[in-house]
Amino acid sequence: MSQDVILEARGLSKEFKGFIAVKEVNLQVRRGTIHALIGPNGAGKSTVFNLLTKFLTPTRGQIVYKGRDITAMKPADVALLGLVRSFQISAVFPHLSVLENVRVALQRPLGTSFHFWKPESSLHGLRDRAMELIEAVNLTPWANHTAAELPYGRKRALEIATTLALDPEVMLLDEPLAGMGHEDIERTAALIKRVSADRTILMVEHNLSVVAHLSDTITVLRRGEILAEGPYDVVSRNPQVMEAYMGTGEVGHA
Amino acid sequence: MAAKSQVNLSQGNPSQATIAVRQPGQDNTTRLILVGLGLAAAVAAPFVLYPVFVMKVLCFALFACAFNLLIGFAGLLSFGHAAFFGGAAYITAHAAKVWGLSPEISILLGTVFAGLLGLAFGALAIRRQGIYFAMITLALSQMVFFMALQLKFTGGEDGIQGVPRGHLFGVFDLNDPLAMYYFVLAVFLVGFALIWRTVHSPFGQVLKAIRENEPRAISLGYRTERYKLLAFVLSASLAGLAGGTKSLVFQLASLTDVTWQMSGEVVLMTLLGGMGTLFGPVVGAGIVVTLESYLAGTNLPVPVVIGAIFVVCVLVFRRGIVGELQALMARHRKS
Repeated sequence: MSQDVILEARGLSKEFKGFIAVKEVNLQVRRGTIHALIGPNGAGKSTVFNLLTKFLTPTRGQIVYKGRDITAMKPADVALLGLVRSFQISAVFPHLSVLENVRVALQRPLGTSFHFWKPESSLHGLRDRAMELIEAVNLTPWANHTAAELPYGRKRALEIATTLALDPEVMLLDEPLAGMGHEDIERTAALIKRVSADRTILMVEHNLSVVAHLSDTITVLRRGEILAEGPYDVVSRNPQVMEAYMGTGEVGHA
Repeated sequence: MAAKSQVNLSQGNPSQATIAVRQPGQDNTTRLILVGLGLAAAVAAPFVLYPVFVMKVLCFALFACAFNLLIGFAGLLSFGHAAFFGGAAYITAHAAKVWGLSPEISILLGTVFAGLLGLAFGALAIRRQGIYFAMITLALSQMVFFMALQLKFTGGEDGIQGVPRGHLFGVFDLNDPLAMYYFVLAVFLVGFALIWRTVHSPFGQVLKAIRENEPRAISLGYRTERYKLLAFVLSASLAGLAGGTKSLVFQLASLTDVTWQMSGEVVLMTLLGGMGTLFGPVVGAGIVVTLESYLAGTNLPVPVVIGAIFVVCVLVFRRGIVGELQALMARHRKS
């Protein structure tokens, strides 16, 4: 069983000045699955997410990735191990072109990223791979536009292409569908499904129904604690989950 | 208002200016023509204008370009760049006058000193962001100012005077104004070319990514502090190159060049010309130096006029002169 688990949180807690944002969370993400982390506002989803990717330091607990304790590592180093995240607000480099956005993610393995004396043309070899990735998210017509010019849904697509450029084993997507219209949601969900083929995905979402058909496992958080876990059919019938979502007034101020 | 614009600066959001920079095609020809005209003007300048004045412009232009490398392309607002400019001036002047070294070695020593100072400043300041970063650089540069005031070799209030220009490579006599001028022009062009290359290098790409969205750059596996530190050291070294050269032009290294006002002046030059544009700082430095030497002959108080220009610049044309021109051209092309 534990061989199957690629990313694990053990007793993960985070306190902010006495306020407990995340409490004793035990999470196991199995290799090759799409795992969704959902919950109402303030449930601690994003905190858990930031802890896993080392953008926050846990107060207590342990994070294990591929059998290795990464609790004390720096975020950039975690990324190099194949654990790559996206952001809640679309994280693109707005004044770089779509092509350059993807290329920046591709160029690090060249080992020339500190070479300030080399011409930009030394990066031209990455162009084909970059264009492939751009094609994969249907952004080819936009390749030479700046990222700032893209509509919101396309920015998220670009972000996914940039993340994919690192060929991560585990992709952590922070609300990849938030703020999208219907059309974009469907297109992006299909994209996530497609890229999940040979990797593991952990995504944070606000809305249960959005991830219903997308994820293999759903973990529901409330007030920093795990409320329920399992496939959609099980989780959605859990009375506590229904209560948390159907509104007992707790959702708002949690 | 002041505070707001400061914060804006420190986050290094060069608005739309950078969009306009990258427009392929016919634009390149125009740019080549402009660069050619500029070069021709620079070569002819000492026959039309007072050479020392043009050399002063070139030194400050290089200083502003070095500063712009940091704020325009890495998004870091340093408020202590005078320490590198003025500090290198002292080292170069001392090396040339007391140690009797040749001008090229003296300038090199000043540049290396500024680079090392930049490494020390950067290592401390890079841990903080925005306004805190600016404040740390200011505090450190004030330390350099007081050291320059107290140390023996800097000559206190008098500075180091009568610095010999010497013979370049032991051959060219730099006491000849024309020889000195073309030497300074060469130094400027080398410095500018290095900045141009840096901006258009693999390193420059990462730097722009960090400026645009640092957390995202981290999430792509870049240890961003190291990139920012290298940018800081490069910028400091080039500011030192400018300062060392200036000390040979004026045959003087003085406290003026290490004051916080000098750090402020380079911010003004860069903003006025257009930060994040390659030629903006050159234009800005030209305007400020010209104004200062013109106003020096009148009864108008220089700081007040410069301050007023700064206010107008921040309120009316935020992208700076070159930035606004580029935006205008980009809009014209689209319509």
